[in-house]
Amino acid sequence: MDTKNNPEYVAGNGLIHRRHLLGLGLAGIGSMAAGSALGADAGMLSIPAWSKAPGNGPSEYGAPSPFAANVKRLAGGPSATAPGSGVSRTPLHLLRGTITPNSLHFERHHSGVPAIDPAQHRFVIHGLVRQALSFSYEDLLAYPMVSQIYFLECSGNSGANTVATAGDTNAAAIHGLLSCAEWTGVRLSTLLAEAGVTDAAAWITATGADAASMGRSIPLSKALDDVMIALYQNGEPIRPEQGYPMRLFVPGWEGNVSVKWLTQIKVTDAPAHFRDETSKYTDLLPDGKSLQFTYPMGVKSVITSPSGQMKLLRQGIHEITGVAWTGHGAIRRVEISADGGRTWADAHIEAGQQHLALARFRLPWQWSGAPAILQSRATDSSNNVQPGRDSWMAAYNSANRYHYNAIQSWSVSAQGDVKNVYA
Amino acid sequence: MFMRKSVSMLVIAAGVVTLGVASIGFAADAPANPVALGSPITEAQLADWDLIVAPDGHNLPEGNGTAAQGQAVYQQKCAACHGAGGEGASGSPALVGGSVSTTPPLLTVGSYWPYASTLFDYVRRAMPPTAPKSLSNTEVYQVTAYVLHLHGVIAENFVLDKNTLPAVQMPNREGFIDVSAN
Repeated sequence: MDTKNNPEYVAGNGLIHRRHLLGLGLAGIGSMAAGSALGADAGMLSIPAWSKAPGNGPSEYGAPSPFAANVKRLAGGPSATAPGSGVSRTPLHLLRGTITPNSLHFERHHSGVPAIDPAQHRFVIHGLVRQALSFSYEDLLAYPMVSQIYFLECSGNSGANTVATAGDTNAAAIHGLLSCAEWTGVRLSTLLAEAGVTDAAAWITATGADAASMGRSIPLSKALDDVMIALYQNGEPIRPEQGYPMRLFVPGWEGNVSVKWLTQIKVTDAPAHFRDETSKYTDLLPDGKSLQFTYPMGVKSVITSPSGQMKLLRQGIHEITGVAWTGHGAIRRVEISADGGRTWADAHIEAGQQHLALARFRLPWQWSGAPAILQSRATDSSNNVQPGRDSWMAAYNSANRYHYNAIQSWSVSAQGDVKNVYA
Repeated sequence: MFMRKSVSMLVIAAGVVTLGVASIGFAADAPANPVALGSPITEAQLADWDLIVAPDGHNLPEGNGTAAQGQAVYQQKCAACHGAGGEGASGSPALVGGSVSTTPPLLTVGSYWPYASTLFDYVRRAMPPTAPKSLSNTEVYQVTAYVLHLHGVIAENFVLDKNTLPAVQMPNREGFIDVSAN
């Protein structure tokens, strides 16, 4: 096949082989496009004003370009009945890598962000240990640390798509309780070893120093595995809204268990059955029973561009891109469909740390101007395959909003309008 | 603080020595972490600070209360959001009534929560939202009893205390499937 002049189609409705991401071929395809949105630069290029005068000097703490001021979290308004409670969502559709900038990491607070003076903060390990211990922030800074890139996802993320009618909203509104950062801190196993966990211990119960004193229970086996007390987020001290001066970080598990503003770990023989692991964060089944302690986040992906409320301004080549993740290991495969799931093609997955982190996928797409339904389907290293919406909905009570990981469908109209749909 | 810091520095220095030894061939017997900066503390020191109440009643405080006593506390501290009869309002969940088997289900303390300890624990640590931890232990016992009584779980004069609360049988006690081992 002459890839210089003919796109190498790999699935229906215009999906093109991922090798063309490497810059091979596609030379002829550009001529098939209707031209850029701006049209041709017909006139003489002139030297712009910013090339003729010195700009601003260095600053102590950087900020985005004023021209990128739209790249913001989608934040809800204040709660009338529960001060400080609420969420803000990461603008997934405006980001193109795998790391979430700290100012854009999603938030979920149950009673606001406490203003903690680290010099006054105490972290205590007690309960079923040989010696209960108290640590200051300065103490923890002196311990050996680890750095790992991990995604964090609220178990209520994407719950918007469990309701009966698909909302005409964007990727942030539906899927933005998802972020990914490099977390640095002290392994919890190190500190539990110092306190000396007794033979009767089977769980840890953790609480934060916020006004809600939010608490969660975690099996000791996980606590001794890869859980850390995170002190740094993307290299800087973790943000107040992420738990400054310290948070528990529980890789791959629903975000709520990564208790922020961590102040207490009580080692126990059983879970505490806190409100946020009984009344909330339990998954109602069709028969009225509920799954409790459903910790790992399921395999999932979402196309972030093109995505809801965007508009394709021209026919021709577009890059379909998005993120995929799983709480059960690493992403092994992401397939993309442009025809509502009739045919699929493998996307290119960027190299990098994949274990319990976001993976960035891409695939070129030749949009002919015909209506399309774009979908992505992820498979992880434990052979879990992202389910379709119908099969996910059948597994739960229609009122359940937790752990929704079904395939996202974006429709593209002949006019180029992209919408959230159920397909 | 100054004293504490001096001690910490000594411990760090000792840790460095340990590391040095480990590096010349004693790693197998060396502790995983030579830094040990935790300060010993006793459970007695944590008595007013540890709010975790377990379903078996562990760490429930002294004191007691009845629904009859709790009505006034509820009306003063809770009713503005949760309604005079616990029926809930916009932005605040209903506490009583409801069912897991209606469409849609209505999940309340009465219809859904598996343990009475959770109600005591949550009210004490997080309610009311404008002033968490402002209720006395007695008031928490009283208002817990009142909410349980509104749903018909306990009688109006049932005395809730650290011995009776763990024995309260919640209607949806058997409604949960623990998948933590999966």
